[in-house]
Amino acid sequence: MTRYAIPVGVLVVLALVPQFSVDIPYVFNGSIDTPGTLQLLALCLLFGGVAMTYDLLFGFTGLLSFGHALYFAAGVYVTDVAITRWHSSFIESIAFTALVGVVLPLVLGAVSLRVGGIAFAMVTLAFAQAGSILVFKNPHKWTGGEEGLGADYTRLPQGLVGIFNTKHLYWVALAFAAAVFAIVQWAVHSSPGHVWQAIRENELRVQVLGLRPYAYKLMVFVLASFLATAGGVVYLLLLGGATPEVTSANFTLTLLVMVVIGGTGTRWGALVGGVLYTWANERLGDASSSHAVSSLPSVLRTPLQQPLFVLGVLFILVVFFVPGGLARFGRVRRLREAFQR
Amino acid sequence: MTPILSVSDLHVHLGESHILQGVSFDVADGGVTALLGRNGVGKTTTLRALMGLVDRRGRVELAGESIQAAATHRIVRRGVGYVPEDRDVFAGLTVEENLRLAERDAEPRYGLVYELFPELKQRAKQQAGTLSGGQQQMVAIARALLSDNHVLLVDEPTKGLAPLLVTEVARVLERVSELTTVLLVEQNLGVVARVARDVVVLDTGRVVHIGPARELLADKPMVNRMLGVG
Amino acid sequence: MSTFVLLTITGLGLGAMYFLIASGLSLIYGLMGVLNFAHGAFLTVGAYGAWFAESKLAGVSVLPRFLLGALAGLVVGGVFAALVELVLIRPLYKRHIEQVLVTVGLALAVSALVVAIWGNDARPFTAPSWLGRTTSVAGAHIPNDRWVEIATALVVLVALNAFLRRTRYGLIIRAGVENRAMVTALGIDVRRAFTLVFAIGGVAAAVAGVLSGVYFGTVDPARGTSLLIFAFIVVVIGGLGSLRGTAVSAVVVGLVQQYANYYASSGLGDLSVVLLLGIVLLARPGGLSAKLA
Repeated sequence: MTRYAIPVGVLVVLALVPQFSVDIPYVFNGSIDTPGTLQLLALCLLFGGVAMTYDLLFGFTGLLSFGHALYFAAGVYVTDVAITRWHSSFIESIAFTALVGVVLPLVLGAVSLRVGGIAFAMVTLAFAQAGSILVFKNPHKWTGGEEGLGADYTRLPQGLVGIFNTKHLYWVALAFAAAVFAIVQWAVHSSPGHVWQAIRENELRVQVLGLRPYAYKLMVFVLASFLATAGGVVYLLLLGGATPEVTSANFTLTLLVMVVIGGTGTRWGALVGGVLYTWANERLGDASSSHAVSSLPSVLRTPLQQPLFVLGVLFILVVFFVPGGLARFGRVRRLREAFQR
Repeated sequence: MTPILSVSDLHVHLGESHILQGVSFDVADGGVTALLGRNGVGKTTTLRALMGLVDRRGRVELAGESIQAAATHRIVRRGVGYVPEDRDVFAGLTVEENLRLAERDAEPRYGLVYELFPELKQRAKQQAGTLSGGQQQMVAIARALLSDNHVLLVDEPTKGLAPLLVTEVARVLERVSELTTVLLVEQNLGVVARVARDVVVLDTGRVVHIGPARELLADKPMVNRMLGVG
Repeated sequence: MSTFVLLTITGLGLGAMYFLIASGLSLIYGLMGVLNFAHGAFLTVGAYGAWFAESKLAGVSVLPRFLLGALAGLVVGGVFAALVELVLIRPLYKRHIEQVLVTVGLALAVSALVVAIWGNDARPFTAPSWLGRTTSVAGAHIPNDRWVEIATALVVLVALNAFLRRTRYGLIIRAGVENRAMVTALGIDVRRAFTLVFAIGGVAAAVAGVLSGVYFGTVDPARGTSLLIFAFIVVVIGGLGSLRGTAVSAVVVGLVQQYANYYASSGLGDLSVVLLLGIVLLARPGGLSAKLA
């Protein structure tokens, strides 16, 4: 029972956030119930959720995919195109996206998983790259190419549109993160979940035990990708439109960064990593125009004004000094000492 | 006389298995010491640990200097030659290049190598990957002989070879043992009988017997018990 | 016919640039098992190094200015790559996943740093005007820079091959690609070969950076990453660790991209490369030059 106590507690606290008018200086630019802060918190929770879907693949099963962005982007673009270009209703668009969210990874995963290791990473990269090219090509003017596609907000549920409804969007993002958390926890503790972790440790041993790793890998691939697609839909709601950035290899790499910083294959690691990275990316952008940073000598100021520079360096430092990620911080040092004897 | 190699309480873990559980033995200077035991007891792992190719704990001394924490290339430079179980010749390189790679001393002993293995001189430009098993074994041993080493670690050199070649290898080992100490892992007791002076017997990661080779090999029941199947 | 010739030469020029990037990637992966995501950063550093040097030589006439700039770019690229290996990669010896992750972080940081200093926009790159003119071959007007790219890649290929076949470090690298542990078991410190391979990769990537500056007429911070993806595809198709495979694969990819972009439809070239990768990997997971087990 206590295993549930903390997550439920956290969920309740987070759900109550928009009801309180609390100012946390430096952490947020305004009280936590303002639309600006709620929007940031929603984004943090969304990416925490998407990071968890990536952790399912990489952290738990050991599948290094460089193309996870594709499924997230599918969620964003398919829904957007369905609503805005095909003039479908919101429900129809979601339903269609859900279908794509299952079929696409099923087909592409079936192909990609025929190889392993580096080859698998490259094939997933290639498929994602193909998706990116497709978006930029703007077939039939559907995707809006380089400029992206703003969603037709008249077809979105009215409770989720407009700045006064930001707290509803926050709750949607929270619900997404909570759902992903619950599903991932349930999945990794289930019996296929144990097989996934066994595959990460030693795939040969799994085969010797008479199980077919391919089927299990495909299972986790479809699950993780479907959840990522769902995240894409939430992202579309949060931003009100689609931009091609989400199809890039860079995007998958930032997911990798989130998961590693937080700690792969742990309960809270990916969520924490996703939240922190998103928060840091946003706040570093704010900080770079702040007085404290502008008054630095230009040698220090110029790089520090680029959030990705700070995050890249931070990532390198984490890999060197906290290789298990933040979630394992306490444990790592003890493990290392035990090995060095 | 100081043993050329002194191993004390050597432990090796591979994954979750505790393969070597406190192996201790000395290798006297000169001649061949045979490392015996059934399949899987840790003979190859012992050699790899001495070479620094696996993580190990314990004490290892080569000619009086400790090497248990040294990196592989430094151990080798102190005068250790290695002939691995699967020969590990570089298939994409020629015979000549395989040998050249192994050059360490100012004057590598090509004379000795070509005297023992004249065929290698003939096949100098041939790609090592196209050699037969026996020829690859010659390259592997030749590599270790090029330099004037204190000790050679040789792992099952007769494995998979035809009887004629086995005799050939035994002859080479005899010749080699006149020049340098050899720690030999070998399953073929005939070869052991011919070349080995001392034996060290392993069983499930520990040393269970040390003594003169002739003594052990004459004791059939003991041989069966320690090295036999079942 | 003349269009075909133009496409072929342009495809070879593109293939030349892919080869220059991919050769370093292939050697680094083959010898060290590191998937170097920072390789695009080496290209960017080399390109901007050359551009920066050129901008400091404003009074000098064009050809020496270009050559000196290019030389500066190569030196900067090589030194940077060697430093990356020494400071970031070597300490993580045997921790392959961490090594790859560190290169990811470095790629992000370098990209952002370049944007911070010189901005997001492409900067014009000065090159001898002869490179911008065209030569007629079989009725096709081929931009002259294509010849330089092809020639440079051939020179690099020959030089690399000679290095690998005729020098001791080349021997060590060839053996190390096959079996790194056995090389150390012969008393050789492979770590020096690692640094060397990174430096070589850095110089080759820098050459690609300078040439891409000529090809596109500008240097820009995003180019390293976009070319890197194609370079990865080339390396995987050709077989990781095989220089010959990389060369063949680079030519194939460059040509396929050009032909598909023209004869099918624009943009389809990039997609066909992706398709090619998928097909090759499913038929031969080790890439074209891998021996079937």
